[in-house]
Amino acid sequence: MDTMTNKNTSDNLQFDYKYGFSMPDTSVIKIDKGISEDVVRYISSVKNEPQWMTDLRVKSYKIFLEKSMPDWGADLSHIDFDNITYFARATNEQLSSWEDLPEEIKNTYDRIGVPEAERNFLAGVSAQYDSEVVYESVKKELDKVGVIFCDMDTAVQKYPDIVQEYFSTLIPPHDNKFAALNTAAWSGGSFVYVPKGVEVKLPLQAYFRINSERFGQFERTLIVAEEDSSVHYIEGCTAPIYTTDSLHAAVVEIFIKPRAKVRYTTVQNWSNNVYNLVTKRAKAEDHALMEWIDCNIGSKVTMKYPSVYLVGPYARGEVLSIAYAGAGQHQDAGAKMLHMAPHTSSRIISKSISKAGGRTSYRGLITVTPEATDAKVYVSCDALLLDEESRSDTYPYMKIKNSEVEVQHEATVEKIGEEKIFFLMSRGIDKASAEGMLVNGFIEPVTKEIPLEYSVELNRLIHLEMAGSVG
Amino acid sequence: MLQIKNLTVSIGEKEILHDISTTFEKGKIYAIMGPNGSGKSTLASAIMGHPLFTISKDSKILFGNEEIQEEEAHLRSKRGIFLTFQAPLTLSGINVFQLMRVALEGKLDPLALKNKIKDLAKKLKIKEELISRALNDGFSGGEKKKMEVLQAAVIEPAFLMLDEIDTGVDIDSLKTIAEFLAEMKSKDRTIVIITHYNRILKYLMPDEVVVIIDGHIKQKGSADLSQKIESEGYGWIQ
Repeated sequence: MDTMTNKNTSDNLQFDYKYGFSMPDTSVIKIDKGISEDVVRYISSVKNEPQWMTDLRVKSYKIFLEKSMPDWGADLSHIDFDNITYFARATNEQLSSWEDLPEEIKNTYDRIGVPEAERNFLAGVSAQYDSEVVYESVKKELDKVGVIFCDMDTAVQKYPDIVQEYFSTLIPPHDNKFAALNTAAWSGGSFVYVPKGVEVKLPLQAYFRINSERFGQFERTLIVAEEDSSVHYIEGCTAPIYTTDSLHAAVVEIFIKPRAKVRYTTVQNWSNNVYNLVTKRAKAEDHALMEWIDCNIGSKVTMKYPSVYLVGPYARGEVLSIAYAGAGQHQDAGAKMLHMAPHTSSRIISKSISKAGGRTSYRGLITVTPEATDAKVYVSCDALLLDEESRSDTYPYMKIKNSEVEVQHEATVEKIGEEKIFFLMSRGIDKASAEGMLVNGFIEPVTKEIPLEYSVELNRLIHLEMAGSVG
Repeated sequence: MLQIKNLTVSIGEKEILHDISTTFEKGKIYAIMGPNGSGKSTLASAIMGHPLFTISKDSKILFGNEEIQEEEAHLRSKRGIFLTFQAPLTLSGINVFQLMRVALEGKLDPLALKNKIKDLAKKLKIKEELISRALNDGFSGGEKKKMEVLQAAVIEPAFLMLDEIDTGVDIDSLKTIAEFLAEMKSKDRTIVIITHYNRILKYLMPDEVVVIIDGHIKQKGSADLSQKIESEGYGWIQ
C-alpha cells in the first residue's frame, strides 16, 4: 500500500483488468477508407456498443458534416477526410516489418537507444506486449483502492453508467469539427476513475495500457477524479510514433471534483506527416487543481489548446507547454482558461522553439466572467528562434468582464546568439550540442516538471533535432 | 606552443588586425596591452576561433606544429586552448556543473566533478549557491569573472587566454583571482593576459609584454614595459 492511500474503499469498482489488456482478436477487421453514417454504425456494432453510444456517434457524424473547418489557425487544407481509414483492428500477424519503416525513424530509435521490443511497439509493427509483468503489479495496487484504469472501449462495456454520465458532456460534438469527428469515430484512449479520497502516487502511464488500438487516430480519454483525490496521467513517449495515417484527432475530457488534483502530461513526438488536432479540456470545481503539461515535438501541424474551466471558487488551472517546430512543421499551441468563479487562478507558461523555417504560434484565450471576482491570471510565453528563416507568433486573447482581477502577461522572443554558441564552443562543446544545451536550458522551467525519465529523453531528443538527424 | 603568422582578421568589411606575427612559448606568461579598440580581444577571439571573425587566406595559427586556423572553436578547445570572456554571457537553465559535465565529456565522474567545482569555488570565494544557479544569471561582475577562472581550472588548458579578467572586479576579488591564477602557472601552461592595468601583473609577472595599437604589434618588451605604459600611457610608442 505504499504507492497509494485510500480513505474510501468502494468494492463495486473491483473488476478484472485483463479484459482491457488482452491480445487483439485474431480476426482481421478492415473497412474501406472514408467516413459515412454506415461506417460510424459499423464501428459501433463491431464494438458491440450500447444504443446511446451508437446514437451519439451518428449524431456527431452529422455535426461533423455541418461544421466548417477552423480557418483561424494552421493550414489544414491538405487534410483529405476521404483518404483516412476510420477503423482498423490489429491482428496477431505482423502488419508490417521493422525493415519497412522509414530509415530516419529507425535511426532515431537507435540513437535514443530504445530497446527492440519497444521499438516494434512504437512503430506499430508488433502487437507484442512485454510490459505486462510490470503493469500487473501496478494494477493490483490500483484494484485495491478502487481506481479504474482501462482503455475507453473496455470502459463503455464494463462501466457504462460512469461513462455515460460524463462522456462528451465537457467537449460536446458541436464544440468543433474535429471533436465531432472524434466522437463519431473514436477508438481506444484511456478511462481513469479515481474514487473519493484516493491519491494515486504512481503516475498512470498510457504506455502500460497497450492494446491493438493503442495509438488510434481518434483516441478518446476520460478522467474522473472524485473529491479529495489526486492522479497524474502520462501519455505518449518521446520516440517518434510512426504512423502512415495522417490525422490524429483526439479528445480528452477531465472532471475534477472539489479539492481533487489532476496532472496530465503529454510528450508527443508524432512523425512529420501527421496532423495532430487535439481537443483537451478539464473542469475544475472548488479548490480543485488541473495541471496540463504539454510537450509537442513532432507532427506536421499541431493545433492544441488545453483548457481549464474553473467553475468552483479557488479552483486553479495551469498549462505548461513546450512546442518545437523544425522544417515544414507548424506548432499552433496554447491554452484556454475560463474563470467562472471567484478566487480562481490560472498560470500559463509556454515555451516555443523554431528552427530551419519551422513555425510556432502561441494562441491563448483567457476569459474572466463577471462572477470571477478576485481572479488571478498569469501568462508567460517565450519564443526562441534558432535562425532567420524560422517564425514565431503570439496571439493572446483576453476577455475580462470583472474589474477586480489581477492579470500578468509576459512575452519574449529571443534568438540564439552566435555569442552564446561561441561561448559554449570555447568550452569544447560542438555546435549542435551547444544549440541543444541552450534550447534545453530555455525549456528547463517546463521540463523540470516532467518525470525524470521523460525529461531526459526529451533533452536527448532535442539534441538530436539540433543535430538535424531526426526526420 | 602557439604561433601566429601573418594574421589578418576582419569583421564584416572592417579589417581589425593587420598581418601580425608573434610566438607564445610554452610555460611563459604574456601580457597583451593596448588602448581600447586596438584589437586585443579580436586577437584572442581569432585564436579561439570565433565564427564572426574572418581571417585572410595567408593567415596561419600554429598550435604545436599543426595549423589550426580552419578548425572550429570546440576542436581548438580540445587541443587545450581556453579563453575567459571579457563579458561572460548568461545561460538560462544551465549551471556551471552542467556546463562542465558536457565540456569534459565524462572524463571525470559526476561526483568527482561536483567536488572539484566545490573546492575550486571555495578557493575562489564563490558563494556555493552560485554553482547550482543558471550560469552568470544575476552574478556580480566579480562573480562572473571568478566563474570564468573556475571553468579554466576545471578544464586545465595548456594555453590560457584571459581577456580583461581584471576589469569590473573589486580589489578583494582581483586579489583572489590573481592569486588563484598565479597558482595555475606551470611549466606546461602558457598564460596570455589581456589587460589595461599593471595590478594583475604583480601577481603574474609577464615574461613578455606585447603592445597592440591600431591592429599592429607596436612594441614588445619585458615586464618593465607594462609599468611604463601604466605611468605614461601609449602616446610615446610610435
